Amino acid sequence: MSEKDEAPVDLSRRTVIKTGLVAGGMFGFGFAMVPIYNVFCKVTGLNGKTDPNPYQYSAETAEVDTSRKIKVQFVATKNAEMSWDFKPSITEVEVHPGQVGELEFFARNPTGERMIGQAIPSVSPFQATNYLHKVECFCFTTQTLEAGEEKIMPLRIIVDQALPRHITKLTLSYTLFDVTTMGERTLPS
Amino acid sequence: MMQHALALFLLIKAAMSGKDRPPRMLQVARFRYGSGCRTNRSLLSWPESSRGLVSFARLNFSKRLSFMTPKGIGKTFLWFLASLSAFLIPARVLADWEVNMTEGVTAVSRSIYDLHMTIFIICVVIGVLVFGVMFYSILMHRKSRGAKPHPFHESTLVEILWTTIPFLILVGMAIPATKTLIDIYDTSEAEIDIKITGYQWKWQYEYLGEEVSFFSNLQTAPEQIYNVRSKDPNYLLEVDEPLVLPTGKKIRFLVTAADVIHSWWVPAFAVKRDAIPGFINEAWTKIERPGIYRGQCAELCGKDHGFMPIVVDARTPEDYAKWLDEKKEAAAKERELTTKDWTMAELMERGKKTYERVCAACHQVNGEGMPPIFPALKGSKMAIEKDQIKAHIDIVVNGKKGTAMQAFAAQLSEVDLAAVITYERNAWGNNTGDLITPKQILEYKKTGEYKAADTESSDKSPVVSKPTVNEPAINTHQAGL
Amino acid sequence: MTAVTDTSSNEKPNEHHDHHGPAKGLMRWVLTTNHKDIGTMYLWFSFIMFLTGGAMAMVIRAELFQPGMQIVDPGFFNQMTTMHGLIMVFGAVMPAFVGLANWMIPLMIGAPDMALPRMNNWSFWILPFAAVMLVSTLFMEGGGPNFGWTFYAPLSTTYAPPSTTFFIFAIHMLGISSIMGAINIIATILNLRAPGMTMMKMPLFVWTWLITAYLLIAVMPVLAGAVTMMLMDIHFGTSFFNAGGGGDPVLFQHIFWFFGHPEVYIMILPSFGIVSAILPTFARKPLFGYTSMVYATASIAFLSFIVWAHHMFTVGIPLVGELFFMYATLLIAVPTGVKVFNWVTTMFRGAMTFETPMLFSIAFVVLFTIGGFSGLMLAIAPADFQYHDTYFVVAHFHYVLVPGAIFAIFAAVYYWLPKWTGHMYDETLGKTHFWMSFIGMNLTFFPMHFIGLAGMPRRIPDYALQFADFNMMASIGGFMFGTTQLLFLFIVIKCIRGGEKAKAESWEGAEGLEWSLPSPTPYHTFTTPPDVK
Repeated sequence: MSEKDEAPVDLSRRTVIKTGLVAGGMFGFGFAMVPIYNVFCKVTGLNGKTDPNPYQYSAETAEVDTSRKIKVQFVATKNAEMSWDFKPSITEVEVHPGQVGELEFFARNPTGERMIGQAIPSVSPFQATNYLHKVECFCFTTQTLEAGEEKIMPLRIIVDQALPRHITKLTLSYTLFDVTTMGERTLPS
Repeated sequence: MMQHALALFLLIKAAMSGKDRPPRMLQVARFRYGSGCRTNRSLLSWPESSRGLVSFARLNFSKRLSFMTPKGIGKTFLWFLASLSAFLIPARVLADWEVNMTEGVTAVSRSIYDLHMTIFIICVVIGVLVFGVMFYSILMHRKSRGAKPHPFHESTLVEILWTTIPFLILVGMAIPATKTLIDIYDTSEAEIDIKITGYQWKWQYEYLGEEVSFFSNLQTAPEQIYNVRSKDPNYLLEVDEPLVLPTGKKIRFLVTAADVIHSWWVPAFAVKRDAIPGFINEAWTKIERPGIYRGQCAELCGKDHGFMPIVVDARTPEDYAKWLDEKKEAAAKERELTTKDWTMAELMERGKKTYERVCAACHQVNGEGMPPIFPALKGSKMAIEKDQIKAHIDIVVNGKKGTAMQAFAAQLSEVDLAAVITYERNAWGNNTGDLITPKQILEYKKTGEYKAADTESSDKSPVVSKPTVNEPAINTHQAGL
Repeated sequence: MTAVTDTSSNEKPNEHHDHHGPAKGLMRWVLTTNHKDIGTMYLWFSFIMFLTGGAMAMVIRAELFQPGMQIVDPGFFNQMTTMHGLIMVFGAVMPAFVGLANWMIPLMIGAPDMALPRMNNWSFWILPFAAVMLVSTLFMEGGGPNFGWTFYAPLSTTYAPPSTTFFIFAIHMLGISSIMGAINIIATILNLRAPGMTMMKMPLFVWTWLITAYLLIAVMPVLAGAVTMMLMDIHFGTSFFNAGGGGDPVLFQHIFWFFGHPEVYIMILPSFGIVSAILPTFARKPLFGYTSMVYATASIAFLSFIVWAHHMFTVGIPLVGELFFMYATLLIAVPTGVKVFNWVTTMFRGAMTFETPMLFSIAFVVLFTIGGFSGLMLAIAPADFQYHDTYFVVAHFHYVLVPGAIFAIFAAVYYWLPKWTGHMYDETLGKTHFWMSFIGMNLTFFPMHFIGLAGMPRRIPDYALQFADFNMMASIGGFMFGTTQLLFLFIVIKCIRGGEKAKAESWEGAEGLEWSLPSPTPYHTFTTPPDVK
């Protein structure tokens, strides 16, 4: 070790700087895990988190694969703090891949106050997440309901033609959260 | 073989003590370790007079101290040794003793059990070898026996060997594990979809596509938990409404949560899935045998994490179909009940049940709550003042933001909501005489308005009648709208 | 070297070898930059924390003594399990190891002191404040942390008691202390070794601590990041872990266990070093496979970064993820196995005696291996669906942590106590302490394997009747183990106050630079570096 020629104090200072940088870097890495995780989720469909942006509808992708039918099931969950009525108009549709499935969700704010809700989508099995596209969804933004107001919210979905063959049934779940304190906004992508 | 040895041991012990008849000792032992979370075996065989540790949970406190006697301690220790030896005996015997994992009633649970036993036995073999060498040198190579140290301290060959061999053993373990895991991740279509939602501290089950949905709460009475009454055999593992499932069909569970993370676990199916708020998780099972299967929440979810059991009642497909029809009929009847005119006594009776099932965990049976987190209802402004009725209904129906108070609109029927509010306004000396009807609740849910019953009845609300918990006075006025 | 003993410290000034001794009075301890003083304070601090966390364990075991709620309410029970875990991990085990490092690393590598003595003082004195802040949360409105030592969101954010903010600050302070301690240890080992003390000549305790210190600076900041995100979620309206705002509660678990898994190795690697010092001494032959021990430790440390999700097999990870984490976890068994085989071979054909440090070390090897076996079982992802969050896990990690960390610390204290105090401890009492601890520990944690397999979830204040007998055994064992530790306190105090004089080489067959110093060690040592052959 040639560094041994230097005074231990200088060497120690150098070590402190190096290790301190490592520690600082790892603190940053902790935060960097957030976007890394999100990218990871997007790629794998982990947690069934769907794309928070509308699906770009185009002619090529619209070609309908009539050789098979996919059942898409809709479920609604309300977070325990959320007092709205919230349910889908139909609980299941059968669509060909590429075909647009349409339905509505109903929401009503029974309380005496203006409230903001955010529906969080989740797909199961999560291997199918990236094959379920939403052309139109109330989950892209928050929803505001005045006291006693009710709302019919349309949902239009397309199942991708590339959906693996062994999957014949998908579940699209929405959990409704009360985000009144957070204000209106679009879900960060 | 070991089982016989244990039986012999128990026989001799029983003969020596001269009190417990040998067969009963055996029977008790089997019950204690044989019941597990698995099945609802006949509990009538429980011998009321059995003594000592074995039955001590059922005895009252002073009797329980009997284990402190030298004999009791000896018993404890022997049981310990017995269990220790049980750790080394073959799978078949272990299963009887339930000191081991349950084999369960599904193909997956059985293959997990086999995996568990295989790896356990591999570990035991390695353990015997390693500890064998170690104890051999501890015995033989001690200085007091005149051993001389042999200062060898390196051998690349040995190091390579004991890196490679364990590695190969691990590969051997990983292969069956991978197979089982692939089975568990099968996503082929199921015949029945059940959505499971975890709440603090209960489970909600929804039969998707069947419009059947209910909550499943702990049924063990607080008196048992707080040692006022003796404990039932299924203490803490009993719910008011079990999840009923058919056998022989592939069932898919969609697991989620409404507040914090929970975990839905039934050992007999080897299904354990975290219920995560906002996201949905999937698991599946195919039950082979009808029976009652019990489990518990397996992820710390707050105060009453230990008090949200799971009970699955597996029935044959025919019985299941019958149950489902009955369930739908009952739901229709429940809706009819909403329009019925209820008396105070009826509402109080139903309200007490509902309160103890749903509300007492936080607000306590005596209505005194656990301030500051869970406020008292007894004597609280909201529960005694007339102009607070609407606020009272609102908080129960819609919950209170930022607190532990949930919205019960979806969890309870109008009848239950009306009953529980009525109960809270009349129990524990809150004797307001206020009677809230299911119709009023329905109206409130629709319009957000509370309309007091017609002046005649509300004016004459019989304050004098002093309804109490035990004997609610009957309001002679039917509170029709 | 007359036995004039300062009762407030573990060592006394030695006039023969020293031109000046320690300052007098309280300020000596507040302002000290002496590695021995600071090491002593670390050890006492950790022992106080050990008793505090242990008292909480007694509350837990008392409540679980029989079915039904008797002593505490479920909310307080959760606070007890949480605080027991946090205090034992951050207050007892980690500071004890840092204390041992402070005392022994300079002595083992022939350094006059730690490389950064003032920072050393700081990193210790943060600890008592952090600990007081942590414990004080129990007396705040709404109670202390009640969400388990793993504090999963959203139970620890949206649904947490108000005291959580103080808990977060306490974790920050503990983290800063650990990071500073780790930097200090790295700087000391890299820069202050005596001439001739090459890396591959360092005692294994120094090696394992060097690797531990690198783990610390790598993962403690990640924990700090996690609690900072919690703080922001609670107070500043962010949604890192709140699904409603676009966050994800599972992300918390990933970040936590990215810290958490290396953290459990932080609590075990220094033990490997301790045992690797003690076994050769009492077997009177050199450690078998020194080089492979170093590489095994390094591989364990490396693997610890890529296995974190095995704590999360049930959250719903893709199949490929489960397989990866299962395989990686199984791999850890290889270097760990190498270490165990090396220890056993070290004992093989030695000339063993069984003084207290040796007894604790042998118990370490046996019980840690049992904990390793259950770890291997837990690593099998499908089987983990049954084991996860049951008492089987509780049994597993107590088998690796109580014998793994605590027994090793006991062994280290008994082993080096003569060096620190100049007196031999009372061997009979030491052996009593060992046997009581050994029996108590096994009686507490062995039955937990059974109740876990039979289906008892962890962190519950009350349980179904079929778990009653084993829980009672565990409680009896727990009380036995707990009270026995008071005997340890007595033994240490007795040894400080007097006893048979210790020789420089206190143990026949002990090797290493520390044994070339007189017992007790002078206040200043190796002011001129020793010659290492």
